[in-house]
Amino acid sequence: MTKDSYILGIETSCDETAASIVKNGTEIISNVVASQIVSQTRFGGVVPEIASRHHVEQITLVIEEALVEAGLVPAQLDAVAVTEGPGLVGALLIGVNAAKAFAFANGLPIIGVHHIAGHIYANELMQPMEFPLLALIVSGGHTELVLMEQHGSFKLIGETRDDAAGEAYDKVARVLGLPYPGGPQIDRLAAESDAEIAFPRAWLEPNSYDFSFSGLKSSVINYKHNLEQRGEQVNPAHVAAGFQASVVEVLTTKALKAAKEYGVKQVIAAGGVAANKGLRSSLEDAFKDEGIPFYVPPIALCTDNAAMIAAAGSAMFVDGIRGNLAMNGKPGMSLTSWKK
Amino acid sequence: MIWLGIDTANTPLSIAIVKDRELLVEETSAMAINHSLRAMPAIEELLAKVGIAPSQIDAIAVAEGPGSYTGVRIGVTIAKTLAWTLGKPLVGVSSLKALAANALFFNGLICSIIDARRNNVYAGVYQLNAGELMEVIEDGHYSLEELIRKIGECDGPVLFVGKDTAMYEQQIVEQLGHRAMIAPLHFNLPRASSLIYIAAQSEQEADVHAFVPEYRRIAEAEANWLKEQGKDKTSE
Ligand SMILES: [Zn+2]
Repeated sequence: MTKDSYILGIETSCDETAASIVKNGTEIISNVVASQIVSQTRFGGVVPEIASRHHVEQITLVIEEALVEAGLVPAQLDAVAVTEGPGLVGALLIGVNAAKAFAFANGLPIIGVHHIAGHIYANELMQPMEFPLLALIVSGGHTELVLMEQHGSFKLIGETRDDAAGEAYDKVARVLGLPYPGGPQIDRLAAESDAEIAFPRAWLEPNSYDFSFSGLKSSVINYKHNLEQRGEQVNPAHVAAGFQASVVEVLTTKALKAAKEYGVKQVIAAGGVAANKGLRSSLEDAFKDEGIPFYVPPIALCTDNAAMIAAAGSAMFVDGIRGNLAMNGKPGMSLTSWKK
Repeated sequence: MIWLGIDTANTPLSIAIVKDRELLVEETSAMAINHSLRAMPAIEELLAKVGIAPSQIDAIAVAEGPGSYTGVRIGVTIAKTLAWTLGKPLVGVSSLKALAANALFFNGLICSIIDARRNNVYAGVYQLNAGELMEVIEDGHYSLEELIRKIGECDGPVLFVGKDTAMYEQQIVEQLGHRAMIAPLHFNLPRASSLIYIAAQSEQEADVHAFVPEYRRIAEAEANWLKEQGKDKTSE
Protein backbone atom coordinates (compact mmCIF):
# COMPACT_ATOMS: atom_id res chain seq x y z
CA MET A 1 0.00 0.00 0.00
CA THR A 2 1.45 3.35 -0.97
CA LYS A 3 0.65 6.44 1.02
CA ASP A 4 -2.27 8.58 -0.11
CA SER A 5 -1.34 11.85 -1.82
CA TYR A 6 -3.15 15.13 -1.32
CA ILE A 7 -2.49 17.87 -3.87
CA LEU A 8 -3.75 21.43 -3.55
CA GLY A 9 -4.62 22.92 -6.95
CA ILE A 10 -4.87 26.66 -7.64
CA GLU A 11 -6.26 28.17 -10.85
CA THR A 12 -6.46 31.90 -11.75
CA SER A 13 -5.73 31.97 -15.49
CA CYS A 14 -8.88 33.85 -16.50
CA ASP A 15 -11.88 35.00 -14.49
CA GLU A 16 -12.36 32.20 -11.97
CA THR A 17 -10.43 32.17 -8.70
CA ALA A 18 -10.31 28.51 -7.76
CA ALA A 19 -8.70 26.11 -5.29
CA SER A 20 -9.24 22.39 -4.79
CA ILE A 21 -7.75 19.41 -3.05
CA VAL A 22 -7.53 16.11 -4.90
CA LYS A 23 -6.63 12.75 -3.33
CA ASN A 24 -4.44 10.32 -5.27
CA GLY A 25 -5.04 12.24 -8.48
CA THR A 26 -8.57 10.90 -8.89
CA GLU A 27 -10.78 11.90 -5.97
CA ILE A 28 -12.03 15.43 -5.34
CA ILE A 29 -11.89 16.23 -1.61
CA SER A 30 -12.84 19.89 -2.02
CA ASN A 31 -13.48 22.15 -5.00
CA VAL A 32 -14.02 25.90 -4.58
CA VAL A 33 -14.63 28.37 -7.41
CA ALA A 34 -15.24 32.11 -7.01
CA SER A 35 -16.62 33.34 -10.32
CA GLN A 36 -16.41 36.92 -11.55
CA ILE A 37 -19.21 36.57 -14.08
CA VAL A 38 -21.41 39.00 -12.18
CA SER A 39 -18.74 41.71 -12.28
CA GLN A 40 -17.45 41.01 -15.80
CA THR A 41 -20.94 40.95 -17.36
CA ARG A 42 -20.91 44.76 -17.17
CA PHE A 43 -18.10 44.87 -19.68
CA GLY A 44 -19.44 42.22 -22.07
CA GLY A 45 -16.32 40.11 -21.59
CA VAL A 46 -13.35 39.54 -19.34
CA VAL A 47 -11.32 42.70 -18.69
CA PRO A 48 -7.82 41.57 -17.64
CA GLU A 49 -7.19 44.34 -15.08
CA ILE A 50 -10.59 43.75 -13.43
CA ALA A 51 -9.93 40.00 -13.37
CA SER A 52 -6.56 40.53 -11.63
CA ARG A 53 -8.13 42.83 -9.02
CA HIS A 54 -10.79 40.23 -8.20
CA HIS A 55 -8.20 37.45 -7.92
CA VAL A 56 -6.26 39.39 -5.25
CA GLU A 57 -9.50 39.88 -3.27
CA GLN A 58 -10.45 36.20 -3.40
CA ILE A 59 -7.27 34.17 -3.48
CA THR A 60 -6.57 33.40 0.20
CA LEU A 61 -10.28 33.01 0.99
CA VAL A 62 -10.66 30.42 -1.74
CA ILE A 63 -7.58 28.46 -0.64
CA GLU A 64 -8.75 28.53 2.97
CA GLU A 65 -12.19 27.31 1.98
CA ALA A 66 -10.64 24.43 0.02
CA LEU A 67 -8.71 23.37 3.14
CA VAL A 68 -11.71 23.77 5.44
CA GLU A 69 -14.03 21.89 3.09
CA ALA A 70 -11.47 19.08 2.89
CA GLY A 71 -10.94 19.10 6.66
CA LEU A 72 -7.18 19.20 6.10
CA VAL A 73 -4.33 21.36 7.40
CA PRO A 74 -1.41 22.41 5.15
CA ALA A 75 0.92 19.88 6.83
CA GLN A 76 -1.25 17.07 5.45
CA LEU A 77 -0.69 18.18 1.84
CA ASP A 78 1.99 16.72 -0.41
CA ALA A 79 2.36 19.49 -2.99
CA VAL A 80 0.84 22.65 -4.44
CA ALA A 81 -0.07 22.61 -8.14
CA VAL A 82 -0.84 25.88 -9.88
CA THR A 83 -1.75 26.98 -13.40
CA GLU A 84 1.48 28.41 -14.82
CA GLY A 85 -0.05 29.26 -18.21
CA PRO A 86 -1.45 29.99 -20.70
CA GLY A 87 -3.89 32.72 -19.75
CA LEU A 88 -4.04 36.38 -18.78
CA VAL A 89 -0.61 37.22 -17.39
CA GLY A 90 -1.79 39.49 -14.57
CA ALA A 91 -4.35 36.89 -13.53
CA LEU A 92 -1.88 33.97 -13.67
CA LEU A 93 0.57 35.89 -11.48
CA ILE A 94 -1.87 35.97 -8.55
CA GLY A 95 -2.27 32.21 -8.46
CA VAL A 96 1.43 31.56 -9.10
CA ASN A 97 2.62 33.91 -6.34
CA ALA A 98 0.01 32.77 -3.84
CA ALA A 99 0.97 29.17 -4.59
CA LYS A 100 4.67 29.89 -4.17
CA ALA A 101 4.16 31.78 -0.88
CA PHE A 102 1.88 29.03 0.46
CA ALA A 103 4.27 26.26 -0.61
CA PHE A 104 7.28 28.07 0.88
CA ALA A 105 5.57 28.83 4.20
CA ASN A 106 4.49 25.21 4.57
CA GLY A 107 7.60 23.53 3.18
CA LEU A 108 5.75 21.97 0.24
CA PRO A 109 6.95 21.37 -3.33
CA ILE A 110 5.36 23.45 -6.07
CA ILE A 111 4.30 22.18 -9.50
CA GLY A 112 3.47 24.39 -12.50
CA VAL A 113 0.58 23.00 -14.56
CA HIS A 114 -0.42 23.80 -18.13
CA HIS A 115 -4.06 24.91 -18.16
CA ILE A 116 -4.95 22.57 -21.04
CA ALA A 117 -3.27 19.61 -19.35
CA GLY A 118 -5.58 20.51 -16.49
CA HIS A 119 -8.68 20.43 -18.72
CA ILE A 120 -7.62 17.03 -20.07
CA TYR A 121 -6.94 15.62 -16.61
CA ALA A 122 -10.40 16.68 -15.41
CA ASN A 123 -11.35 13.36 -16.99
CA GLU A 124 -9.07 11.42 -14.67
CA LEU A 125 -11.40 12.57 -11.87
CA MET A 126 -14.26 10.68 -13.57
CA GLN A 127 -12.72 7.49 -14.99
CA PRO A 128 -9.17 6.25 -15.60
CA MET A 129 -7.67 7.55 -18.83
CA GLU A 130 -6.78 4.86 -21.37
CA PHE A 131 -4.15 5.31 -24.03
CA PRO A 132 -3.81 6.13 -26.83
CA LEU A 133 -6.33 8.82 -26.05
CA LEU A 134 -7.70 11.68 -28.12
CA ALA A 135 -8.68 14.89 -26.34
CA LEU A 136 -10.84 17.58 -27.92
CA ILE A 137 -10.30 20.81 -26.02
CA VAL A 138 -12.86 23.52 -26.71
CA SER A 139 -13.00 26.69 -24.66
CA GLY A 140 -12.97 30.47 -24.88
CA GLY A 141 -9.24 30.44 -25.50
CA HIS A 142 -8.61 27.07 -27.12
CA THR A 143 -9.77 24.67 -29.81
CA GLU A 144 -7.34 21.78 -30.02
CA LEU A 145 -7.09 18.09 -30.78
CA VAL A 146 -4.42 16.45 -28.62
CA LEU A 147 -3.20 12.86 -28.89
CA MET A 148 -1.85 11.19 -25.75
CA GLU A 149 0.19 7.96 -26.00
CA GLN A 150 0.68 7.77 -22.22
CA HIS A 151 0.35 9.93 -19.08
CA GLY A 152 2.22 13.22 -19.46
CA SER A 153 2.66 12.92 -23.22
CA PHE A 154 0.84 15.41 -25.45
CA LYS A 155 0.93 15.64 -29.24
CA LEU A 156 -0.96 18.51 -30.80
CA ILE A 157 -2.57 17.26 -34.00
CA GLY A 158 -4.89 20.16 -34.73
CA GLU A 159 -5.68 23.64 -33.45
CA THR A 160 -7.61 26.73 -34.43
CA ARG A 161 -5.93 29.09 -36.86
CA ASP A 162 -7.94 32.09 -35.72
CA ASP A 163 -10.76 32.32 -33.16
CA ALA A 164 -11.27 29.69 -30.48
CA ALA A 165 -14.70 28.04 -30.58
CA GLY A 166 -15.79 29.76 -27.36
CA GLU A 167 -14.59 33.09 -28.69
CA ALA A 168 -16.74 32.61 -31.82
CA TYR A 169 -19.72 31.81 -29.57
CA ASP A 170 -19.20 34.99 -27.55
CA LYS A 171 -18.77 37.16 -30.66
CA VAL A 172 -21.86 35.75 -32.41
CA ALA A 173 -23.85 36.13 -29.19
CA ARG A 174 -22.85 39.80 -29.12
CA VAL A 175 -23.94 40.21 -32.77
CA LEU A 176 -27.31 38.74 -31.79
CA GLY A 177 -27.53 41.04 -28.78
CA LEU A 178 -27.40 38.19 -26.25
CA PRO A 179 -25.89 38.77 -22.82
CA TYR A 180 -22.38 37.64 -21.82
CA PRO A 181 -21.33 34.84 -21.57
CA GLY A 182 -22.83 33.98 -24.94
CA GLY A 183 -22.18 30.23 -25.24
CA PRO A 184 -24.98 28.95 -23.02
CA GLN A 185 -27.42 31.45 -24.59
CA ILE A 186 -26.72 30.23 -28.12
CA ASP A 187 -26.89 26.59 -26.98
CA ARG A 188 -30.31 27.21 -25.43
CA LEU A 189 -31.68 29.17 -28.42
CA ALA A 190 -30.38 26.54 -30.84
CA ALA A 191 -32.11 23.77 -28.87
CA GLU A 192 -35.43 25.66 -28.98
CA SER A 193 -35.21 26.65 -32.64
CA ASP A 194 -37.56 25.18 -35.24
CA ALA A 195 -35.29 26.04 -38.17
CA GLU A 196 -31.67 26.84 -38.91
CA ILE A 197 -29.92 29.19 -41.30
CA ALA A 198 -27.36 27.40 -43.51
CA PHE A 199 -23.89 28.72 -42.71
CA PRO A 200 -20.66 27.38 -44.26
CA ARG A 201 -18.37 24.75 -42.67
CA ALA A 202 -14.64 25.50 -42.55
CA TRP A 203 -13.04 22.12 -43.43
CA LEU A 204 -9.65 23.60 -44.48
CA GLU A 205 -7.26 21.20 -46.33
CA PRO A 206 -8.52 17.60 -46.68
CA ASN A 207 -5.94 16.13 -44.24
CA SER A 208 -5.90 18.97 -41.76
CA TYR A 209 -7.16 18.65 -38.21
CA ASP A 210 -6.95 22.41 -37.80
CA PHE A 211 -9.99 24.61 -37.23
CA SER A 212 -11.11 28.06 -38.31
CA PHE A 213 -14.12 29.93 -36.99
CA SER A 214 -13.56 33.52 -38.08
CA GLY A 215 -15.12 32.92 -41.52
CA LEU A 216 -18.24 31.49 -39.90
CA LYS A 217 -18.45 34.49 -37.59
CA SER A 218 -18.20 36.81 -40.63
CA SER A 219 -20.97 34.85 -42.41
CA VAL A 220 -23.27 35.43 -39.44
CA ILE A 221 -22.44 39.14 -39.41
CA ASN A 222 -23.02 39.41 -43.19
CA TYR A 223 -26.29 37.50 -42.98
CA LYS A 224 -27.60 39.86 -40.31
CA HIS A 225 -26.35 42.89 -42.20
CA ASN A 226 -28.03 41.79 -45.45
CA LEU A 227 -31.38 41.20 -43.73
CA GLU A 228 -31.21 44.57 -42.01
CA GLN A 229 -30.40 46.25 -45.36
CA ARG A 230 -33.65 44.83 -46.66
CA GLY A 231 -35.43 46.01 -43.55
CA GLU A 232 -36.08 42.45 -42.32
CA GLN A 233 -35.81 41.16 -38.76
CA VAL A 234 -33.22 38.55 -37.79
CA ASN A 235 -34.57 35.50 -35.98
CA PRO A 236 -31.88 34.96 -33.31
CA ALA A 237 -32.92 31.33 -32.70
CA HIS A 238 -32.53 30.41 -36.39
CA VAL A 239 -29.13 32.08 -36.52
CA ALA A 240 -28.02 30.43 -33.27
CA ALA A 241 -29.13 27.02 -34.54
CA GLY A 242 -27.35 27.50 -37.89
CA PHE A 243 -24.15 28.74 -36.24
CA GLN A 244 -24.10 25.96 -33.68
CA ALA A 245 -24.80 23.31 -36.35
CA SER A 246 -21.73 24.47 -38.28
CA VAL A 247 -19.42 24.49 -35.24
CA VAL A 248 -20.68 21.15 -33.93
CA GLU A 249 -20.47 19.38 -37.31
CA VAL A 250 -16.87 20.47 -37.90
CA LEU A 251 -15.73 19.60 -34.37
CA THR A 252 -17.47 16.21 -34.41
CA THR A 253 -16.32 15.23 -37.89
CA LYS A 254 -12.65 16.10 -37.28
CA ALA A 255 -12.56 14.48 -33.83
CA LEU A 256 -14.10 11.30 -35.26
CA LYS A 257 -11.67 11.18 -38.19
CA ALA A 258 -8.68 11.68 -35.88
CA ALA A 259 -9.92 9.03 -33.45
CA LYS A 260 -10.13 6.48 -36.27
CA GLU A 261 -6.83 7.44 -37.88
CA TYR A 262 -4.89 7.12 -34.63
CA GLY A 263 -6.83 4.09 -33.39
CA VAL A 264 -7.47 5.56 -29.97
CA LYS A 265 -8.99 3.60 -27.08
CA GLN A 266 -10.76 6.61 -25.59
CA VAL A 267 -11.94 10.06 -26.66
CA ILE A 268 -12.49 12.82 -24.16
CA ALA A 269 -13.83 16.34 -24.47
CA ALA A 270 -12.75 19.13 -22.17
CA GLY A 271 -12.99 22.89 -21.74
CA GLY A 272 -15.85 25.34 -21.22
CA VAL A 273 -17.48 24.70 -24.60
CA ALA A 274 -17.62 20.98 -23.79
CA ALA A 275 -20.44 22.05 -21.47
CA ASN A 276 -22.45 22.85 -24.64
CA LYS A 277 -25.38 20.42 -24.81
CA GLY A 278 -25.57 20.40 -28.59
CA LEU A 279 -21.89 19.53 -28.90
CA ARG A 280 -22.01 16.89 -26.17
CA SER A 281 -24.89 15.01 -27.74
CA SER A 282 -23.41 15.19 -31.24
CA LEU A 283 -20.08 13.77 -30.00
CA GLU A 284 -21.82 11.11 -27.89
CA ASP A 285 -23.90 9.93 -30.85
CA ALA A 286 -20.97 9.92 -33.28
CA PHE A 287 -18.64 7.89 -31.06
CA LYS A 288 -21.39 5.51 -29.95
CA ASP A 289 -21.99 4.62 -33.61
CA GLU A 290 -18.25 3.90 -34.02
CA GLY A 291 -17.98 1.97 -30.75
CA ILE A 292 -15.26 4.24 -29.36
CA PRO A 293 -15.63 5.10 -25.65
CA PHE A 294 -16.31 8.83 -25.33
CA TYR A 295 -16.32 10.79 -22.09
CA VAL A 296 -17.01 14.34 -21.14
CA PRO A 297 -16.78 15.56 -17.53
CA PRO A 298 -19.76 17.11 -15.76
CA ILE A 299 -20.19 20.82 -16.51
CA ALA A 300 -18.54 22.01 -13.28
CA LEU A 301 -15.37 20.19 -14.34
CA CYS A 302 -15.53 21.46 -17.96
CA THR A 303 -15.46 25.13 -17.03
CA ASP A 304 -12.31 26.44 -15.34
CA ASN A 305 -11.72 24.87 -11.93
CA ALA A 306 -8.81 23.93 -9.71
CA ALA A 307 -9.64 20.24 -9.29
CA MET A 308 -8.43 19.67 -12.85
CA ILE A 309 -5.16 21.50 -12.02
CA ALA A 310 -4.74 19.35 -8.91
CA ALA A 311 -5.47 16.22 -10.98
CA ALA A 312 -2.81 17.08 -13.59
CA GLY A 313 -0.50 18.21 -10.78
CA SER A 314 -0.95 14.82 -9.10
CA ALA A 315 0.15 12.99 -12.25
CA MET A 316 3.19 15.31 -12.47
CA PHE A 317 3.91 14.80 -8.77
CA VAL A 318 3.98 11.03 -9.25
CA ASP A 319 6.46 11.49 -12.12
CA GLY A 320 8.73 13.62 -9.93
CA ILE A 321 8.11 16.93 -11.72
CA ARG A 322 8.84 19.94 -9.47
CA GLY A 323 8.92 23.69 -10.01
CA ASN A 324 10.71 26.29 -7.92
CA LEU A 325 10.13 29.67 -6.29
CA ALA A 326 11.24 31.51 -9.45
CA MET A 327 8.12 30.26 -11.27
CA ASN A 328 6.55 32.95 -13.45
CA GLY A 329 3.16 33.28 -15.10
CA LYS A 330 3.47 32.21 -18.75
CA PRO A 331 0.66 33.75 -20.82
CA GLY A 332 1.72 32.00 -24.06
CA MET A 333 2.87 28.70 -22.55
CA SER A 334 2.73 25.80 -24.97
CA LEU A 335 1.58 22.32 -24.06
CA THR A 336 4.69 20.19 -23.81
CA SER A 337 5.03 16.62 -22.59
CA TRP A 338 6.55 16.09 -19.18
CA LYS A 339 7.19 12.47 -20.17
CA LYS A 340 8.86 11.84 -23.54
CA MET B 1 9.95 40.37 17.13
CA ILE B 2 10.92 39.39 13.58
CA TRP B 3 9.59 41.41 10.64
CA LEU B 4 9.65 40.47 6.98
CA GLY B 5 9.28 43.48 4.66
CA ILE B 6 8.32 43.22 0.99
CA ASP B 7 8.23 46.02 -1.60
CA THR B 8 7.50 45.10 -5.23
CA ALA B 9 5.27 48.09 -5.96
CA ASN B 10 7.44 49.39 -8.79
CA THR B 11 10.49 48.35 -10.81
CA PRO B 12 12.79 48.16 -7.76
CA LEU B 13 12.59 45.17 -5.45
CA SER B 14 13.31 45.41 -1.75
CA ILE B 15 13.12 42.63 0.84
CA ALA B 16 14.30 43.08 4.43
CA ILE B 17 14.35 41.17 7.69
CA VAL B 18 14.33 43.13 10.93
CA LYS B 19 14.76 41.51 14.34
CA ASP B 20 14.08 43.45 17.54
CA ARG B 21 14.47 46.80 15.78
CA GLU B 22 17.72 45.75 14.18
CA LEU B 23 18.06 45.38 10.40
CA LEU B 24 19.54 41.91 9.84
CA VAL B 25 19.58 41.80 6.08
CA GLU B 26 18.16 43.68 3.13
CA GLU B 27 18.18 43.20 -0.63
CA THR B 28 17.34 46.28 -2.66
CA SER B 29 17.73 46.36 -6.39
CA ALA B 30 16.64 48.67 -9.18
CA MET B 31 17.26 46.03 -11.82
CA ALA B 32 14.16 45.48 -13.94
CA ILE B 33 13.75 41.80 -13.05
CA ASN B 34 10.20 40.51 -13.13
CA HIS B 35 9.11 40.41 -9.48
CA SER B 36 7.57 36.98 -9.97
CA LEU B 37 11.05 35.67 -10.84
CA ARG B 38 12.90 37.32 -7.98
CA ALA B 39 10.64 38.17 -5.01
CA MET B 40 10.06 34.69 -3.55
CA PRO B 41 13.63 33.47 -4.22
CA ALA B 42 14.93 36.62 -2.46
CA ILE B 43 12.68 35.97 0.55
CA GLU B 44 13.89 32.37 0.72
CA GLU B 45 17.58 33.32 0.35
CA LEU B 46 17.52 36.14 2.91
CA LEU B 47 15.72 34.05 5.52
CA ALA B 48 18.23 31.25 4.96
CA LYS B 49 21.10 33.73 5.24
CA VAL B 50 20.01 34.82 8.72
CA GLY B 51 18.87 31.34 9.76
CA ILE B 52 15.22 32.18 10.26
CA ALA B 53 12.45 29.73 9.32
CA PRO B 54 9.21 31.05 7.81
CA SER B 55 7.32 30.01 10.95
CA GLN B 56 9.58 32.26 13.08
CA ILE B 57 8.39 35.42 11.30
CA ASP B 58 6.24 37.46 13.70
CA ALA B 59 4.83 40.09 11.33
CA ILE B 60 4.82 40.99 7.65
CA ALA B 61 4.98 44.47 6.14
CA VAL B 62 4.19 45.11 2.49
CA ALA B 63 4.08 48.11 0.17
CA GLU B 64 0.38 48.28 -0.69
CA GLY B 65 0.76 50.75 -3.59
CA PRO B 66 0.31 52.93 -5.42
CA GLY B 67 2.55 51.85 -8.26
CA SER B 68 2.61 49.33 -11.06
CA TYR B 69 -0.67 47.41 -10.81
CA THR B 70 0.99 44.07 -11.46
CA GLY B 71 3.97 44.85 -9.24
CA VAL B 72 1.81 45.86 -6.29
CA ARG B 73 -0.35 42.77 -6.70
CA ILE B 74 2.64 40.40 -6.62
CA GLY B 75 3.87 41.83 -3.29
CA VAL B 76 0.39 42.01 -1.78
CA THR B 77 -0.45 38.46 -2.88
CA ILE B 78 2.78 37.05 -1.42
CA ALA B 79 2.37 39.04 1.81
CA LYS B 80 -1.28 38.22 2.43
CA THR B 81 -0.75 34.53 1.60
CA LEU B 82 2.23 34.31 4.01
CA ALA B 83 0.40 36.23 6.75
CA TRP B 84 -2.74 34.11 6.40
CA THR B 85 -1.09 30.70 6.23
CA LEU B 86 1.46 31.50 8.99
CA GLY B 87 -1.26 33.12 11.08
CA LYS B 88 0.78 36.29 11.59
CA PRO B 89 -0.21 39.98 11.48
CA LEU B 90 0.04 41.92 8.24
CA VAL B 91 0.61 45.65 7.84
CA GLY B 92 0.15 47.41 4.51
CA VAL B 93 2.11 50.61 4.08
CA SER B 94 1.77 53.20 1.34
CA SER B 95 4.64 52.78 -1.11
CA LEU B 96 4.91 56.60 -1.15
CA LYS B 97 5.09 56.86 2.64
CA ALA B 98 7.75 54.12 2.73
CA LEU B 99 9.79 56.12 0.23
CA ALA B 100 9.35 59.29 2.28
CA ALA B 101 10.65 57.41 5.32
CA ASN B 102 14.04 57.20 3.58
CA ALA B 103 14.33 60.95 4.28
CA LEU B 104 12.61 60.82 7.68
CA PHE B 105 14.37 63.68 9.47
CA PHE B 106 14.28 66.20 6.64
CA ASN B 107 13.19 69.52 8.08
CA GLY B 108 10.43 70.40 5.62
CA LEU B 109 8.07 68.65 3.23
CA ILE B 110 9.00 65.30 1.71
CA CYS B 111 7.40 64.59 -1.67
CA SER B 112 7.59 60.98 -2.88
CA ILE B 113 7.26 60.50 -6.60
CA ILE B 114 6.52 57.41 -8.68
CA ASP B 115 6.12 57.86 -12.41
CA ALA B 116 2.65 57.08 -13.81
CA ARG B 117 3.51 58.00 -17.45
CA ARG B 118 2.48 60.87 -19.73
CA ASN B 119 3.50 63.56 -17.23
CA ASN B 120 1.42 61.92 -14.49
CA VAL B 121 2.77 60.74 -11.17
CA TYR B 122 1.71 58.90 -8.07
CA ALA B 123 2.75 61.26 -5.32
CA GLY B 124 2.24 62.03 -1.67
CA VAL B 125 3.67 64.82 0.48
CA TYR B 126 4.70 64.08 4.07
CA GLN B 127 6.10 65.98 7.03
CA LEU B 128 7.64 64.75 10.26
CA ASN B 129 5.44 65.64 13.21
CA ALA B 130 6.18 64.40 16.75
CA GLY B 131 8.27 61.55 15.37
CA GLU B 132 5.71 60.39 12.82
CA LEU B 133 5.28 61.07 9.13
CA MET B 134 2.04 62.95 8.57
CA GLU B 135 0.34 63.19 5.19
CA VAL B 136 0.28 66.84 3.99
CA ILE B 137 -0.92 66.11 0.46
CA GLU B 138 -2.83 62.88 0.15
CA ASP B 139 -1.35 59.95 -1.80
CA GLY B 140 -2.83 60.03 -5.25
CA HIS B 141 -2.53 60.01 -9.01
CA TYR B 142 -1.73 63.57 -10.11
CA SER B 143 -0.66 65.35 -13.25
CA LEU B 144 2.71 66.94 -12.55
CA GLU B 145 1.18 70.43 -12.92
CA GLU B 146 -1.53 69.63 -10.40
CA LEU B 147 1.01 68.29 -7.91
CA ILE B 148 3.26 71.34 -8.29
CA ARG B 149 0.26 73.66 -7.88
CA LYS B 150 -0.72 71.87 -4.65
CA ILE B 151 2.84 72.08 -3.35
CA GLY B 152 2.79 75.78 -4.29
CA GLU B 153 -0.01 76.25 -1.76
CA CYS B 154 2.29 74.94 1.02
CA ASP B 155 5.29 76.67 2.55
CA GLY B 156 8.92 75.76 3.05
CA PRO B 157 11.49 73.56 1.38
CA VAL B 158 10.39 70.37 -0.39
CA LEU B 159 12.61 67.33 -0.77
CA PHE B 160 11.69 65.15 -3.74
CA VAL B 161 12.44 61.44 -3.27
CA GLY B 162 12.14 58.49 -5.60
CA LYS B 163 14.23 57.51 -8.59
CA ASP B 164 11.53 58.67 -11.02
CA THR B 165 12.03 62.26 -9.81
CA ALA B 166 14.88 62.49 -12.34
CA MET B 167 12.33 62.39 -15.19
CA TYR B 168 10.61 65.53 -13.88
CA GLU B 169 13.51 67.31 -12.17
CA GLN B 170 13.71 70.09 -14.75
CA GLN B 171 10.00 70.96 -14.53
CA ILE B 172 10.03 70.77 -10.73
CA VAL B 173 13.02 73.08 -10.36
CA GLU B 174 11.64 75.51 -12.98
CA GLN B 175 8.32 75.79 -11.13
CA LEU B 176 9.38 75.68 -7.49
CA GLY B 177 12.83 77.30 -7.75
CA HIS B 178 14.96 77.23 -4.60
CA ARG B 179 12.18 75.55 -2.58
CA ALA B 180 12.79 72.30 -4.45
CA MET B 181 15.53 69.93 -3.37
CA ILE B 182 16.29 66.67 -5.11
CA ALA B 183 17.19 63.72 -2.90
CA PRO B 184 20.60 62.07 -3.30
CA LEU B 185 20.79 58.65 -4.92
CA HIS B 186 20.82 56.61 -1.71
CA PHE B 187 17.37 57.98 -0.73
CA ASN B 188 15.75 57.08 -4.04
CA LEU B 189 15.00 53.38 -3.92
CA PRO B 190 12.22 51.94 -1.79
CA ARG B 191 13.83 50.18 1.19
CA ALA B 192 11.94 47.38 2.88
CA SER B 193 13.67 48.41 6.14
CA SER B 194 12.03 51.87 5.87
CA LEU B 195 8.76 50.08 5.17
CA ILE B 196 9.13 47.97 8.32
CA TYR B 197 10.02 51.08 10.33
CA ILE B 198 6.69 52.66 9.33
CA ALA B 199 4.77 49.38 9.68
CA ALA B 200 5.95 48.99 13.28
CA GLN B 201 4.19 52.29 14.09
CA SER B 202 1.03 51.38 12.18
CA GLU B 203 -2.04 49.29 12.86
CA GLN B 204 -2.23 45.78 11.51
CA GLU B 205 -4.83 44.82 8.92
CA ALA B 206 -8.01 43.69 10.66
CA ASP B 207 -8.83 41.14 7.95
CA VAL B 208 -5.94 39.60 6.03
CA HIS B 209 -8.28 38.00 3.46
CA ALA B 210 -9.80 41.38 2.61
CA PHE B 211 -6.45 43.10 2.22
CA VAL B 212 -6.02 44.50 -1.32
CA PRO B 213 -3.72 47.04 -2.99
CA GLU B 214 -4.29 50.77 -2.78
CA TYR B 215 -4.35 51.37 -6.51
CA ARG B 216 -5.23 55.08 -6.20
CA ARG B 217 -6.84 54.77 -9.62
CA ILE B 218 -9.85 52.83 -10.78
CA ALA B 219 -9.31 50.45 -13.69
CA GLU B 220 -9.78 52.01 -17.12
CA ALA B 221 -12.67 49.68 -18.04
CA GLU B 222 -14.40 50.52 -14.76
CA ALA B 223 -13.94 54.26 -15.36
CA ASN B 224 -15.41 53.96 -18.85
CA TRP B 225 -18.29 51.90 -17.53
CA LEU B 226 -19.04 54.46 -14.80
CA LYS B 227 -18.92 57.23 -17.41
CA GLU B 228 -21.44 55.34 -19.55
CA GLN B 229 -23.71 54.79 -16.55
CA GLY B 230 -23.54 58.51 -15.86
CA LYS B 231 -24.45 59.27 -19.45
CA ASP B 232 -27.40 56.91 -19.31
CA LYS B 233 -28.66 58.65 -16.19
CA THR B 234 -28.45 62.16 -17.63
CA SER B 235 -30.26 61.08 -20.80
CA GLU B 236 -33.17 59.59 -18.85
ZN1 LIG C 1 -9.99 26.84 -19.45
